[in-house]
Amino acid sequence: MGAYFDGKGMTPGAFMTARVPSFADFLGSYAPELLPGARGLGALPGGAGGSDVIKDLPHATTIVAAACERGVVMAGDRRATGGNMIVKRDVEKVLRSDEYSAIAMAGVASIGLEFIRLFQVELEHYEKMEGRSLSLEGKANRLATMVRGNIALAMQGLAMIPLFAGYDEETGIGRIFSYDVAGGPYEEHRYHSIGSGSVFAKSALKKLYSDDMSVTDASLACVQALYDAADDDSATGGPDLTRRIFPVITAITDDGFRRLTDAEAAELSQQVVDGRMQSPDGPLAALRQLALADPHLPRRASKGSASGVHAVLHVA
Amino acid sequence: MPFYMSPEQVMRDKSEYARSRIARGRSCVALQYTGGILMVAPNPSRALHKISELYDRIAFAAGGRYNEYEALRKAGITYADVTGYQFDRRDVTARALANWYAQTLGTIYTESQKPYEVEIVVAEVGDTPADDQIYRITFDGSVSDEPGFVAFGGQADQVAAALKERFSDGMSLAEALEAALEALTPPAPSGTGAAAAAAAAAAAANGELTASSLEVAILDRTRSHRTFRRLRGARLEELVAQIRGSAASAAAEAAEAAPDAEAPADAEAKGTDAAPPGSPDHDDPPTGPPPGGSDGAPKGPAL
Repeated sequence: MGAYFDGKGMTPGAFMTARVPSFADFLGSYAPELLPGARGLGALPGGAGGSDVIKDLPHATTIVAAACERGVVMAGDRRATGGNMIVKRDVEKVLRSDEYSAIAMAGVASIGLEFIRLFQVELEHYEKMEGRSLSLEGKANRLATMVRGNIALAMQGLAMIPLFAGYDEETGIGRIFSYDVAGGPYEEHRYHSIGSGSVFAKSALKKLYSDDMSVTDASLACVQALYDAADDDSATGGPDLTRRIFPVITAITDDGFRRLTDAEAAELSQQVVDGRMQSPDGPLAALRQLALADPHLPRRASKGSASGVHAVLHVA
Repeated sequence: MPFYMSPEQVMRDKSEYARSRIARGRSCVALQYTGGILMVAPNPSRALHKISELYDRIAFAAGGRYNEYEALRKAGITYADVTGYQFDRRDVTARALANWYAQTLGTIYTESQKPYEVEIVVAEVGDTPADDQIYRITFDGSVSDEPGFVAFGGQADQVAAALKERFSDGMSLAEALEAALEALTPPAPSGTGAAAAAAAAAAAANGELTASSLEVAILDRTRSHRTFRRLRGARLEELVAQIRGSAASAAAEAAEAAPDAEAPADAEAKGTDAAPPGSPDHDDPPTGPPPGGSDGAPKGPAL
């Protein structure tokens, strides 16, 4: 192009230059103020007073994900808390990122939701520019760089971290990637959880999870884990039967991304709540191991062990 | 090089240059059908596209020089994505994109030595056929709003005239594709009866506009979120065979017992086989929403 394109404003220059097909990179050079965390907050006026404001911002809480047959299930509770207050009961923090992946976040909700929106556009932008989707690793790596871009905000208290899960079209399995505020990705095997209730949720999943669960069983295990998180973590919300607000459950399989309908989520939640009426602490895991295949063997345990654990899961 | 050239002369030269270069290519068409907007371009390449997605309900199609319209396509996607990210997805419109393209092409035309040798179309599918918009933008930045259908690139005027005769409101997808293919096929030598049938058979035998030499895409009105779909592979072959089948059987009837009616007969048989039983002329969208009931976003291999 010539000098008549100044590269600013909606003039052609900035748009017509050949470049790497990354939307976030383009935005960083074209309109950095539109990126969620490119600059941090700068020096905050008011010193320590500001940190109270940040602490009381809505925070999103617990996310769980579990690999299952033909893919992966990711679910999240619906609560957002600000300090010790519940500020929202129906937050959606597990979202579609593209046809074969989902993204969820824990931490400062406003930053997180804006960040997810950017990541969704990032994937779609690449797909439209190049006529193909990024590989699952490509998406996970891209997300890591974008998370690192938020580190200035995180250091100032506006931290959020995503959890990324997707179906790998190359290998035909579901995979989970976690991050810290400085980036990542860390690939997680079988299951993972992030957010304030993650300690409880992950412990629960550890007892309930078995390899090659069906999508329904993995969803049920996720709801059980979220229930346990809500049981012990004040910032995680359980199924809200009176208002009919249930966890968001998504399945990413070879059929693509699917969010379970409200009716399906309600049914799973009802099943869990009914079980807890009988046994408030949830399903009992077997104390002594039956003659099982090596439980440390990743992903390919025998079918026998899987069905044994399923039985326990449903008895709940 | 002369010291002075009058602006009229410069503009006339640029314009002639661009026109003559664009006219060397092949024409493409975009037209409405009941279920959305259909775009058809003769293009043997599976990878270098003339038609592409810009945004949820907006598509881009171009004729002319590949590197130039590819740069424009990518710029348009970026423009759309920035606008949609900054405001809302509903705030990205074909009108704004057409204006942006017009401004860009106009600037290039007046300020650079060589104008772009392209003609582009921006189409947006609405909730009803009345809301559909098709804009054509030429190398000098002129925009025209084309209700119903448009032909562009190559010998666009001839194709537009041919398409005008065949276009009507409320066509099914198969009818629209048939009209597009007829308009895009160079006029056959005039003749009647057996001669015409023979010409048709010869054209079919030469591989004139077969499924493998066509790039076809739709904006599917019934979908939510991203409505752009490419028609290719078995689905496109089936549609083309269906069209050729009905055309060939009509030709065969007109020229009964023509000695070389084998090719049309073949095509007809293929068409009958491939067409879904009971509804050879169904106008279902070729790619219905996935049975799983997800949000209607693209499935399968990347676009």
